[in-house]
Amino acid sequence: MVSIAGITGVILFLEIRDSLYMPPADHGSQKVAPWNDPKVRSVVFQFVALITLGYFFYTIFQNTLANMERRGITTGFAFLGNEAGFGILMSLIPYDETYTYGRTFFVGLLNTVLVAGFGIVLATVIGFIIGVARLSNNWLIAKAAMVYIEVLRNIPLLLQIFFWYFAVLQALPSPRQSIAFGGIFHLNNRGLYFPSPIPEAGFSYVIWTLVVAVIGVIWLRRWARRRQEITGQQFPVVWVSIALIVGAPLLVFALTGAPLAWDHPSLQRFSFGGGGRMIPEFMALLWALTMYTAAFIAEIVRAGIQSVSHGQTEAARALGLRNSPTLRLVIIPQSLRVIIPPLTSQYLNLTKNSSLATAIGYPDLVSVFMGTTLNQTGQAVEIVGMTMAVYLTISLLISMFMNAYNKKIALTER
Amino acid sequence: MKKITIGLLGATAAFSMMMGSVQAGTLDDVKRKGSLTCGVSTGLPGFSNANSKNVWSGLDVDVCRAVAAAVLGDAGKVKYTPLTAKERFTALQSGEIDMLSRNTTWTHTRDTSLGINFAGVNYYDGQGFMVSKNLGVKSATELDGAAVCIQAGTTTELNLADYFRLKGMKYKAVVFDTSDQSVKGFESGRCDVLTSDQSQLYALRIKLANPGNAVVLPEVISKEPLGPVVRQGDDAWFNVVKWSLFAMVNAEELGVTSGNVDSMKSSANPGVKRLLSGDAGKKLGLNSDWGYNIVKQVGNYGEAFERNVGKGSALKIGRGLNALWSKGGLQYAPPIR
Ligand SMILES: N[C@@H](CCC(=O)N[C@@H](CS)C(=O)NCC(=O)O)C(=O)O
Repeated sequence: MVSIAGITGVILFLEIRDSLYMPPADHGSQKVAPWNDPKVRSVVFQFVALITLGYFFYTIFQNTLANMERRGITTGFAFLGNEAGFGILMSLIPYDETYTYGRTFFVGLLNTVLVAGFGIVLATVIGFIIGVARLSNNWLIAKAAMVYIEVLRNIPLLLQIFFWYFAVLQALPSPRQSIAFGGIFHLNNRGLYFPSPIPEAGFSYVIWTLVVAVIGVIWLRRWARRRQEITGQQFPVVWVSIALIVGAPLLVFALTGAPLAWDHPSLQRFSFGGGGRMIPEFMALLWALTMYTAAFIAEIVRAGIQSVSHGQTEAARALGLRNSPTLRLVIIPQSLRVIIPPLTSQYLNLTKNSSLATAIGYPDLVSVFMGTTLNQTGQAVEIVGMTMAVYLTISLLISMFMNAYNKKIALTER
Repeated sequence: MKKITIGLLGATAAFSMMMGSVQAGTLDDVKRKGSLTCGVSTGLPGFSNANSKNVWSGLDVDVCRAVAAAVLGDAGKVKYTPLTAKERFTALQSGEIDMLSRNTTWTHTRDTSLGINFAGVNYYDGQGFMVSKNLGVKSATELDGAAVCIQAGTTTELNLADYFRLKGMKYKAVVFDTSDQSVKGFESGRCDVLTSDQSQLYALRIKLANPGNAVVLPEVISKEPLGPVVRQGDDAWFNVVKWSLFAMVNAEELGVTSGNVDSMKSSANPGVKRLLSGDAGKKLGLNSDWGYNIVKQVGNYGEAFERNVGKGSALKIGRGLNALWSKGGLQYAPPIR
């Protein structure tokens, strides 16, 4: 171990030294021996460093396995194929006790992705609204936004989760005394119950109409933009899009005789059964993550908007743009360049913070897989490794996506 | 917090395993440190619970105290590490604690694949259900469709699934990290049922704002032999923990109590002599007064039982399965000879 570290150290030193004392780039026709050629040297050293590093991790891995074996701790991934034997409160894919531990991994993973995905979208929307409100000329709105930001980002997230879960959602009435909204939705301390749709024959037409409408809208936007560039004429894209996407499927729905039935939840011995249901654990976690992250996003948005110089606003005014188009067409596009990089870190934070789910029993990856599955099988190293790999992958995907978006909106010099 | 702890424990476990350090025997370690680090629950009245002055007491705590009395001659020299069900085995594997005494069920998987050994059974338990009175449920067979609060990382989770599957019933498991949270969930009505080892239900019931509102159903759906746990591969330490517990049970059988142990020292009964003096201690690597210290400072098994979970406590649990074998129970210790 020590020797490996030593070798790595020496190589790093040589590399640094090489990069510091790099001779002038142009050697002319001068012949250099390969071991003195900085190019060859750096490639060789980097290669050796890579091999050493690889060997280092390989040794750690083998050592760990061997030591665990010696201590009588089972290792390997065979457990993933064994029957799990425990129930999970909420699953997006079919699951019951007879499925495998491997399946519990995916159940937890999807629950994590679900809460993080919704959280990112909601936090972005709310964060933008509050960030803009913070700069409002209306004193009341600006101060309200400021209070929101200061309160929410200064209270630890875990406390906020507990607050929403134990103080708000658990204080709701029991199923028998549910709060009913028009007899359709039922809210109680077991969650929000709603009718779930059951498609009947002919419903696929509605779906297909929707797909065609979406494609149509994409085409329409391109056409409208090109027309505006050529002729300067504007086309009411937004209204026509909404009409197409909402109206066309509705029309087909009516024409095919409303081929959709609803499964209404009904009160049973202990609680509601049938229909769809949003569990309070999900609501509390989603809400807390959203509100908390939105406070940070609002500050980022504010900073972004303020970074656009006032001259831009004045220029827009001089062109005759009103308030809202100025914001939408001039300020926001420029401020996005400042907003996107820190926004990415907020998305990453939100995703990682979603693992606080275990505190209130929302069955996310950490709670299900690194919690129950780990405890039933005891294979800590494998399971913690897999879980870390998942968070790393999700984070890298978000970063990649956001970086690509950042590139796209970056200032293109003409 | 919990997550961070478990992460740290995991990292320590992985790291110490990586290094493959050959630890000195735990017995020498404890003697050198002058204190025993014992893993207990985060708070379960009767078994391991801290009062407002952070003094721990309970049946499980008494096992820790007995081991400290045997090894260090002072039952007070214990450092308690509160652990949730999820954290406990990692804490033991990584060497963070010297022993675990936290209402832990002895099962095949745990014994064979976690690198740990169970050093006996200090409480024979079984899983039960607690429901709120106004539901009017009389039997566990009426629980179809119920929402059930349980604690993560327990045998309870698996038994529950088995039982409901066997009876062809459905349930919704709401899984919490600590018993405080599950009790809160039960109290606020998030679940209809709280399930756990039956003794623990009685213990948790006294934590409720209104204990009279909850009833424990008659069904016992599993076997839960609870006992102290040590790391595998350290036989000397395994013996010390095992025989400290056996000494308590043997003392009860021989009629030696914390009250009469001084006069019993001169007893003519050879069994009593071997417990209180003699060379049994030396064979364990301890002083010859190890048994005396246990009985004097902690008491025999029966005393510990009555004080913590029996008549002398708020739980008022009868001896039942935990009576001595000679009184119709299961508590039976191999002889000291
Ligand atoms: N005996 C079972 C269950 C043990 C258990 O953790 N029970 C809960 C009762 S709800 C407990 O003691 N909680 C106390 C704590 O979280 O510290 C096992 O070994 O898995």
